[in-house]
Amino acid sequence: MSEDVAIRTRGLTRRFGALVAVDHVDLEIHRAEIYGFLGPNGSGKTTTIRMLCGLLRPSDGEAEVLDCRVPEDAERLRRKIGYMTQRFSLYEDLTVRENLEFMGEIYSIPPAAARMRVDQLLDEYRLEHRQRERAANLSGGQKQRLGLAAAMVHQPELLFLDEPTSAVDPENRREFWESLFRLVDRGTTILVSTHLMDEAERCHRIAILDRGALVANGTPRELMRGIDAAVLEVESEHLPAARAALDRIDGVMSVAQLGTRLHALVDTALPEPERTVRAAFDREGVEAAVELTPANLEDVFVAATRSRPE
Amino acid sequence: MPQFLGRTLAIARKEVRQLRRDRLTFGMIIGIPLVQLVLFGYAINQDVRHLRAGVADLAGTQRSRLLVADAAGSQVVDIVAEVETVLDLETLLRSGQIAVGIAIPRDFDRRIQFGERPPAQLLVDGSDPIVLATARGIAGLPVENRFRPVLPPAMRPPPQTFEVRAFYNPEGRSAVQIVPGLIGVILTLTMVIFTAIAIVRERERGNLELLITTPVRTWELMVGKVLPYMCVGLIQVTLVLLAGWALFQIPIRGSLVDFYLAGVLFVSATLTMGLLVSTAAKTQFQSVQMAIFFFLPSILLSGFMFPFDGMPRWAQRFAEILPLTHFVRIVRGILLRGASLVDVHRDLWPLLVFMTVTLALSVLRFRKRLD
Repeated sequence: MSEDVAIRTRGLTRRFGALVAVDHVDLEIHRAEIYGFLGPNGSGKTTTIRMLCGLLRPSDGEAEVLDCRVPEDAERLRRKIGYMTQRFSLYEDLTVRENLEFMGEIYSIPPAAARMRVDQLLDEYRLEHRQRERAANLSGGQKQRLGLAAAMVHQPELLFLDEPTSAVDPENRREFWESLFRLVDRGTTILVSTHLMDEAERCHRIAILDRGALVANGTPRELMRGIDAAVLEVESEHLPAARAALDRIDGVMSVAQLGTRLHALVDTALPEPERTVRAAFDREGVEAAVELTPANLEDVFVAATRSRPE
Repeated sequence: MPQFLGRTLAIARKEVRQLRRDRLTFGMIIGIPLVQLVLFGYAINQDVRHLRAGVADLAGTQRSRLLVADAAGSQVVDIVAEVETVLDLETLLRSGQIAVGIAIPRDFDRRIQFGERPPAQLLVDGSDPIVLATARGIAGLPVENRFRPVLPPAMRPPPQTFEVRAFYNPEGRSAVQIVPGLIGVILTLTMVIFTAIAIVRERERGNLELLITTPVRTWELMVGKVLPYMCVGLIQVTLVLLAGWALFQIPIRGSLVDFYLAGVLFVSATLTMGLLVSTAAKTQFQSVQMAIFFFLPSILLSGFMFPFDGMPRWAQRFAEILPLTHFVRIVRGILLRGASLVDVHRDLWPLLVFMTVTLALSVLRFRKRLD
């Protein structure tokens, strides 16, 4: 494996009985980047992460993580990775400091070094004033930071974050992401799963997962530019009528309402989408302004997951 | 320090910290042994006294009144009702107002003189096994001693064939019989529940999800979690032994070292059972249910409550699997009979087998991977 690749998989597959949770996924994740798994619940994000940590045995395919083959070298890999679970999984009846010290002992960090490391983490994640507080009494954002600090105690090269900020308010989310970028600057690779578009947009590169399959990947910008659809915005006094008219046009893949506007994804097979839609509105007597706009990540997501047959 | 030892101790230290902060569990560690000891020692006393009794004295002679006075003087019965007919006694018995009815027939004096039939009748509530046994015990006593001189020598009942000497517990005190076995009963209840809960809680709260991605190995996690409860078990053993000695004068005739060695073995066997429960239970509540499912046959079949020799063959075979059966025999042997571990070795190896099998099963079931 070349120097700058942290994770590489070939045909990674996991079946649970008849269900294919992860379906032949090929990945190449570079070192010191934030890579996002974007997908709805049940799309195989958590299952993929668990296979990459060596917690689940793949049914098929192979995976190499930080030069370790998983699951064969999972024990060796564990020292090099950190894992932050979806829900808070530290001990609520231990204090902030005790939790971090416990993690230090688990990773066999000598006591003196561990104390220094814990002090450093408390400072970095602004938990110093709460260090003698039991974890149960922390706020959502503080718990979040404690979870990240605990996953970083042994300075892992690779960090797995499973839907890290679903339960955190936007301000804490922004701050959390700033600390992630600081880690990346120091060379840490981060793999984050999410179903939040704004979170996915912050990643260096993302993969869109749909029912276990990887349906698109690249930088958010690449994906938005390379979208295989035109995006139209429709402004009208009579949104329900406009919506009905849009739904009747062949080639309109999806329509979503955003306040007083409609956001429509149109298949590129439809020539001159703007004019076709205007003509349809004129025919049906709907008064509306139609405008072509650049795609956002949600459009990419909808286009990518719609194009696959059920 | 080798890394595996450091990780095991880290888990153990963390567990002790959590235990100290969990007031309910901490209270149970001290509370359950003391409450059970007091309940079994005082409340559940098999030396029955003050049974409520009714009298139907149809004879009304001096001798019959003496008999009633003797019965009352024994303190085994308290005379609470005096009625006219035997039928009235039966009514009182049926309604539960009395447990024993003393019926003295009209020809009481004549019966004593000729001694052909028992002179009086004791009506006993046989639905209560202990009352029945006690009443049977007192049935003959006062009349014989008091009236024996009246009988002509030829008519005296033959002397007893056997003279019974109760070794190790000459006064036949039930606390002496119960408290040693109670140590095992308490451990069976608390150890299985504590261990099972400790591990299931970790899974329920999501802690396990984090731990499995760290270098901690399955057996390190298990040993680390179980170690503190081993100490808890020995604290409970000491507590019950001390309280039994102070409150009920339970003799300690064997060696304390032997006693504690047997204790460690038994605590280990119950802990591994707790581990096994934890691999099957999904919630803390389920683990308590399963622990009770294990506890019930243990307490009923071990010979702690009901005589082992009175049980049907299949029940005895089943009881031989349960650790409590063997531990009850071991502690009674060491504490009361002054036996050594060598004397009770026949009950030691079944504990070892039980522990090994349950431990192997738990490790197999408690797989580190999630699939």
